[in-house]
Amino acid sequence: MPILTREEAQALLKKVLAYSKADQCEVSIYGSDNGNIRYARNAVSTSGGNTFSQMAVASAYGKRQGIATINEYDDASLEKVVRRSEELAKLAPENPEFMPYLGPQQYGPSGTGFVQETAAIDPKKRTDMVAASLDISRRNDLIAAGFLENTTAYSAMMNSNGLFAYNNSTGGKFNVTLRTQDGTGSGYVSKGFTDVSKLDVSAATTIAAKKAAGSKSAKALEPGKYTVILEPAAAAVLVEQIFFNMDARSADEGRSFLSKPGGKTKVGEKLVDDRVTIYSDPWNPELPTSPYNGDGRPQEKITWIDKGVIQNVYNTRYWAEKQKVKSVPSPDGAIMIGGTKSLEELIKSTEKGILVTRLWYIREVDPQTLLFTGLTRDGTFYIENGEIKYPIKNFRFNESPIIMLNNLEEMGISERTVSGESGIELLLPPMKIRDFTFTSLSDAV
Amino acid sequence: MKRKDFIQLSAMGLGALALPKFAFGNPVDPSRFLNDGIDVKVKKQLADVALNAAKAKGATYADVRIGRYLNQFVTTRETRVQNIANTESFGVGIRVIANGCWGFAATNNVTKEEVAKAAERAVAVAKANSKVKADPVQLAPQQGYGEVSWKTPIEINTFTVPVKDKVDLLLSVNDAALKGGVNFVNSAILAINEQKYFASTDGSYIDQDIHRLFPTFNVTKIDRTSGKFETRKSLGNPVGMGYEYLSARPEDKVTGIITRYRDRYDMLEDVRNAAIDVEQKLKAPSVQPGKYDLILDPSHLWLTIHESVAHPTELDRVLGYEANYAGTSFLTLDKWKSGKFNFGSKLVNVVADKLQPGSLGAVGYDDEGVQCGQWDLIKDGILVNYQAIRDQAHIIGLKHSQGCCYAQSWADVQFQRMPNVSLQPGKDPLSVDDMIKNVEKGIYIIGDGSFSIDQQRYNFQFGGQVFYEIKNGKIAGMLKDVAYQANTQEFWNSCSAIADKRDYRLGGAFNDGKGQPGQSNAVSHGSSTTRFNGVNVINTARKI
Repeated sequence: MPILTREEAQALLKKVLAYSKADQCEVSIYGSDNGNIRYARNAVSTSGGNTFSQMAVASAYGKRQGIATINEYDDASLEKVVRRSEELAKLAPENPEFMPYLGPQQYGPSGTGFVQETAAIDPKKRTDMVAASLDISRRNDLIAAGFLENTTAYSAMMNSNGLFAYNNSTGGKFNVTLRTQDGTGSGYVSKGFTDVSKLDVSAATTIAAKKAAGSKSAKALEPGKYTVILEPAAAAVLVEQIFFNMDARSADEGRSFLSKPGGKTKVGEKLVDDRVTIYSDPWNPELPTSPYNGDGRPQEKITWIDKGVIQNVYNTRYWAEKQKVKSVPSPDGAIMIGGTKSLEELIKSTEKGILVTRLWYIREVDPQTLLFTGLTRDGTFYIENGEIKYPIKNFRFNESPIIMLNNLEEMGISERTVSGESGIELLLPPMKIRDFTFTSLSDAV
Repeated sequence: MKRKDFIQLSAMGLGALALPKFAFGNPVDPSRFLNDGIDVKVKKQLADVALNAAKAKGATYADVRIGRYLNQFVTTRETRVQNIANTESFGVGIRVIANGCWGFAATNNVTKEEVAKAAERAVAVAKANSKVKADPVQLAPQQGYGEVSWKTPIEINTFTVPVKDKVDLLLSVNDAALKGGVNFVNSAILAINEQKYFASTDGSYIDQDIHRLFPTFNVTKIDRTSGKFETRKSLGNPVGMGYEYLSARPEDKVTGIITRYRDRYDMLEDVRNAAIDVEQKLKAPSVQPGKYDLILDPSHLWLTIHESVAHPTELDRVLGYEANYAGTSFLTLDKWKSGKFNFGSKLVNVVADKLQPGSLGAVGYDDEGVQCGQWDLIKDGILVNYQAIRDQAHIIGLKHSQGCCYAQSWADVQFQRMPNVSLQPGKDPLSVDDMIKNVEKGIYIIGDGSFSIDQQRYNFQFGGQVFYEIKNGKIAGMLKDVAYQANTQEFWNSCSAIADKRDYRLGGAFNDGKGQPGQSNAVSHGSSTTRFNGVNVINTARKI
């Protein structure tokens, strides 16, 4: 099944709905072409590609719903999947939280994240890109392990209440770790892209190479509270945790960092530094995302944290109706307004501090305070009098992103980055944070 | 939008409501679970088509995996069913060596024509990869077994138990929790059946039927006045068993300060205890940070073993294949070659085992057709071996693979994954009560909690479910806000006592992650209650 255009998807989904006999029917389709190549020990280790497509049909009788999926699209298969969803709906228990499917919706522009050059990536292009990365590794007498993947995808949904949504997109990720031959130095870089022409594999690999060579013979500092400069990839794995925990229902139920005694929430209160503004915008040219949510709700430009104040939380349609609040879908990406300085300028303005390339193995310690633990990795350096003085051994931290964003000193220019934990992409600045809590030393390189 | 987002509502939120990430499968009527799938004779014909097509295109080795993966997932919260998902995934993955390089391709169109085309694609991928210079793959020799089969020894196939019975059990668990005074309860039953057929150019045709089950719950209690909340999750395990796991007998219960479970699980009893525990947790004093002797129950210790022993002995990490993602290992080859590297105290004996009954890792043959077995990893505290697959065996001087190859589905390429890795019980008779009697200042930890470890497996931090303070040989009461941090080698060298085999139990996980693109592996870890001296405990309470 190739990537369908809006018109092709519309025609196919209409045909499916025509088979429906249920009270309501909703049909969604997703299709993608994916390719990846993985390398380690300075050679390609595995690579592959697949074409994936799946259609899901949801049928509902009253508050009973059944969902069936299929990946064959001849008329008989389409009718069969509708019938099966209807049979499953009749067998299902009533769901008191079932919501009728949405009616027609107004969506913003679709396809803003589709770039033909990215869609045209073939196995040779991937091999060539990896060969360029490997070349830098070998020339610098380093050992590379990396991963490059790209996806071209479309999605569409239509229901018996008149809703139709469509989007198509391209995207990919590149990340590489270079290590010194003796295993005492390691450097990492990670990039996400919509337009492959904006990905410079050689430049990215060169940064990782410099960090690897520069991180040899690291010195040990005592654990404690330090001023840190988190590069965007390091900040991403903590900032995203705020989003994962901004569900309205958990806050209302009293089991979230946004809950307060007596059943109230902290929505509308200032929780972090007043220079912190985080929003999402599906049409941001640097990080385009889908104009609709998986349940058909339109995505909008929405501010989550405005000058340090929790402005919005996301919810399900059921919870929004129950609480009589605006229905707000969760976003597909997030953007934090940054400053005007480069990373180098942030370093220059630092008397004493630590530059952090990457944070790793992030796990929740306490959901009430959003306390997380994890470690620095692949390039950690001591800064003194505005200069990187020497590499330092890695630390374990125990810190809350809420405390961290309260201790904000300075921000650099926002750039696109990828969470090494979840794979989610964000536009984030490098951040200078005071009193970041390192609790123990790690011997890991 | 990525494939996984198709079943989630969006990338950044509502993760708690999302289904676990199955190898993608199609929702089906549960009655389809009773079908046997295609006949083994047909599978052999399809496999031969793939093997012959690969050889005809120049492959020097090929293997084919025809897989049917069934999943059932029933989730509830409080008084209602949240979701009942039944999925099925069927397809073929073909792996080849051509020009000395690996190639892989998969298809869910299981016809002779499409299987042959996939085999040809796998050869083309291998040939393309061989253009980026690399050392040729060296495969450890493997005899063909002919036509053989293996089946998880189960008493009750979970998929034949009506969904209604599972819903009734979970709703009765929730009811017991709510009656016990909790504010929220989630419960779930997850069942997996992997029907895997493997064939290779070595002459093996292996048919396997593998079953796994995971019943679990989580309760939350809120103190409305202070706004504080605490949770306690199930002390049951994911297991390589059938539905019989949920019928506990008296001999399966380990009594003590909390009842824990050996080979079978009493979910109703556990949730009643959880409701009491969570109330006590809210009232418990916050721990004073410092050095404590830790007494770690097997329901907790399995995860520490998983992260600090099982992962660093994975040979692919040691060699650097995971350097960009999961990481490397501090257990470098020189340490192993020395024959003297003291991983732990003399009491520490760790065994890798792919056969252990009831475990998640138990199979007859791995995903490259190697018959499974068991071997020592740590012997009397010394590092003696790793976990290897066919293309790694020669690196550690082995003539045969150790059978550690696994792929999470037919659509994913197989690679080195950990077997069950377990700490052996103490050789001398020792009960947990006697162990606690000798502790002056300690903490007794039951159940697994927060976990994090560095990319070479030196520095770790673990939480737990419930923590008891030990003062002068006696349990003094519950503590909260406890986590311990240690260096792996120092920690295992501080191991000063291990309870005997009467206390030995398994724990485990369905979702051990590794690789890019990521894959999940299910694995168990056994131990008896174990004492570690002078471990650094931190207090995790903060204010925001």
